[in-house]
Amino acid sequence: MQKNGFWQEIKKNKVLYLMFLPVGIYYILFAYIPMGGIILAFKEFNYRDGILFSPWNGFKNFEYFFSSGRAWLVTKNTILYNLAFLAAYTVFSVACAIAIAELAGKIYKKFIQSVMFLPYFVSWVVVSAMMYNFFNYDYGLINTVIKNFGGQPIDIYSNPIYWYFLLPMLYVWKWVGYGSVLYLAAIMGFDEECYEAAIIDGANIFQRIFYITIPMLKPTMIILILLALGRILRGEFDMFYQIIGNNGLLLDYTDIIDTLVFRSLMQVQDIGMASAAGAYQSVLCFVIIMVVNWLVRRYDKDYALF
Amino acid sequence: MRKGKDYILFNIIGYIFITIIGMFTFIPFVVLVVSSFASENYIINHGYTLIPGEFSLNAYKLIFQNPQRIIRAYIITIIVTAVGTSLSLFLSTMAAYVMYRKDVKYRNALAFFLYFTTLFNGGLAPYYIILANYYHLKNNVLVLILVPLFNVFYILILRNFIRGSIPDSLIESAKIDGAGDFTIFLRIVLPLSKPALASIGLFIALNYWNDWWTPMMFIEKQNLYPLQYTLYLILSSVNVAANILQNVVRIDMPKETLKLAMTVVATGPIIFLYPFVQRYFVRGITLGAVKG
Repeated sequence: MQKNGFWQEIKKNKVLYLMFLPVGIYYILFAYIPMGGIILAFKEFNYRDGILFSPWNGFKNFEYFFSSGRAWLVTKNTILYNLAFLAAYTVFSVACAIAIAELAGKIYKKFIQSVMFLPYFVSWVVVSAMMYNFFNYDYGLINTVIKNFGGQPIDIYSNPIYWYFLLPMLYVWKWVGYGSVLYLAAIMGFDEECYEAAIIDGANIFQRIFYITIPMLKPTMIILILLALGRILRGEFDMFYQIIGNNGLLLDYTDIIDTLVFRSLMQVQDIGMASAAGAYQSVLCFVIIMVVNWLVRRYDKDYALF
Repeated sequence: MRKGKDYILFNIIGYIFITIIGMFTFIPFVVLVVSSFASENYIINHGYTLIPGEFSLNAYKLIFQNPQRIIRAYIITIIVTAVGTSLSLFLSTMAAYVMYRKDVKYRNALAFFLYFTTLFNGGLAPYYIILANYYHLKNNVLVLILVPLFNVFYILILRNFIRGSIPDSLIESAKIDGAGDFTIFLRIVLPLSKPALASIGLFIALNYWNDWWTPMMFIEKQNLYPLQYTLYLILSSVNVAANILQNVVRIDMPKETLKLAMTVVATGPIIFLYPFVQRYFVRGITLGAVKG
């Protein structure tokens, strides 16, 4: 009966299902088949036998990955950087969105908003050129300024400590325009009546922001933060790779799971390490998303992702 | 609006705040462009400055004397972006339309089939090996189009847009008039989705334009390198000039400013188009902000 229903449905809407086919086939080829490739993590890969026929080696790759001493380091780095990014991004995006929504005047606001959105359009490759422009030891703008004031130039590319501060700043620089548009869209959708009532009750602008705007932004913030938490183990590979690259001095402080996987796979040709670290990342990521979503569903169904 | 003291105070703080943010965003762009026009000697003696020291076009002259490599990279990028964006937009909207049609029984299953790929994947290693060794996409221009081709979130945003802007009754009446499912898509859905198509299309195009990851992973032949990856190689090479010019390099070549001039040449068009396309991007983000 069920089967019958299935074929009947396909027959009835065959044109529509055919129209979905290009996207469907693409995702089977480029997402579901590689997904099955996760078995690579439990194999001793060689090119002659390929993924399917290479011999199994149980948890050897994982043992190797966890005993290398890098597993905990890259996990910690990934999570801490992502938390710092998320906190800085959320605070600045919300602050900019509120400022743009509430400030008097129009033209200047619009102009600043356009400027803020500019970094979203340039690739991390271009950003790395700008970074070089600013922080290069010999000629960089920062050191030029320091020297002009008679100070000692600083060598940022060999001092890990600066990057804990610099990378979140860079992240905000790149994404704050995007984030503020997102939050501004939410603010524009608010009901005017609340504000009017508050004004009649004598609330000043700061009270309106703290007691109306921010609480009303909460659902949007929660959803965006949850989405980001679900991706907490996925680092910003583009950013780390372009800005820091293969700088050995900074490696221990800026190595994230994604850069480790990339290095193992493309530079060291260590497929076992790459596939174990990648599988560890994927599975944990999946578990985190499920747990976060389940918690949210229990708390309030409306906030859940699915 | 009562304009009390609080309102004035808020505006003072707010204007200072957004001005600082604006400067923080904009200064790197200014420094990049200004420095690319500085003379090499000035940079070596004084370092980079906000205000241009000595004006010089040397770096640009050098690039335009021997532009073959850059022009080639531009052509590859333009072709990949144009073909990829059109293909992606057409097929994505088609899939979105199928998932919007109420009479498709498995529409939610199809949506989940797409959504699941964002929750779980096999990691980079199997992905790379399957594309390189099983699909033989290494050093194949197609890989530049295929890897960034679809984005699940864009497809779902398109579906929500169609759902919100095209009434079912319109589809129904077209069916009664004897239009087939594909005809309805071409004649009704595509024209009515123009606002969303413009926004999502620009997002897709930007992803193609800025993609350096795919060529880094899958392209080894120099004549297939797109723009961003060419720029990356030039920036990361020790001898920049040699990398651009492919002929005998003189000692007195600008090395410092060349990097920056190259970056400006590669980024110029994007910044130039920016004022015209910005509002579509803003609209696109707003479309995506509505939960699907």
